[in-house]
Amino acid sequence: MLAATSPGAIVVFVAAAALILGGAVGVLTVKNPVHAALSLIMTLFGVAVAFVAQSADFLAAVQIIVYAGAIVVLFLFVIMFLGVDRRDSVRLDPLVGQRAFAAVGVLITVAGLITLMARSHWVTGALSVSTKGHALATGSQNVKQLGTAIFTTYLFAFEATAALLIIAVVGAVMLARRERVADPEEVDV
Amino acid sequence: MNVPAAWYLILAAVLFGVGAFGLLTKRSALIMFMCVELMLNAVNLTFVTFARTLSDVGGQATVFFVMVVAAAEVTVGLGIVVAVFRRRSSTSVDELSEMKG
Repeated sequence: MLAATSPGAIVVFVAAAALILGGAVGVLTVKNPVHAALSLIMTLFGVAVAFVAQSADFLAAVQIIVYAGAIVVLFLFVIMFLGVDRRDSVRLDPLVGQRAFAAVGVLITVAGLITLMARSHWVTGALSVSTKGHALATGSQNVKQLGTAIFTTYLFAFEATAALLIIAVVGAVMLARRERVADPEEVDV
Repeated sequence: MNVPAAWYLILAAVLFGVGAFGLLTKRSALIMFMCVELMLNAVNLTFVTFARTLSDVGGQATVFFVMVVAAAEVTVGLGIVVAVFRRRSSTSVDELSEMKG
């Protein structure tokens, strides 16, 4: 299996895995929320590297622009707005054994996923039926292929996401809005 | 020749596990949101890996929609965090116990 793998691909994979796992562990371990957001950027960048390595060029660009550019900046806005809160409580542990139970549950889940992957044969090397034998394009052709899929096969879902985004924006504005007292006379009563 | 798909799938499973562990153990609502982002990214990585293996662009289209939903979720979630903070001056989820049965 390894004989057919080029050394460059292995280097890219190892670099991406180091970025992803290093950032993910950083999100969990650092005390300062700002540093956690920066670790999150590292993970997102690693995922973008893995996307490029698997010929999802458009998604890698979107990953950087939307996730690292917009979502993490939104996190940072909220962290700055609320003030940096360092009290993430290792000592006070209201639920007894919460960490141990979480660790055991997560280990069982991940081990189950990997076992499922090792024992089943989903990855047969056969192409998907819906592609009609076309290979996945790379580079600028990837944008064309993905755009064609989104604007034909997935057009309804695409239109629905437009409505979803509008609803999310309106909802966020309603939630974050400060309640304004309409009539000052009511305050005195 | 690219690395075997199983490597990326195992990496995604481990990333999902790290995110799930953080979601279960952290107290700060902000860090919990970041852990949800980690789990979403793990799923995205799995989708892209299967898209490459099966040569089907549908997996990549799904990742596109997952990103849109994640953006909407973060927007509304952080709006809720700000609203809660304004009322309680804390983002710790342990202190939100009014609805305890």
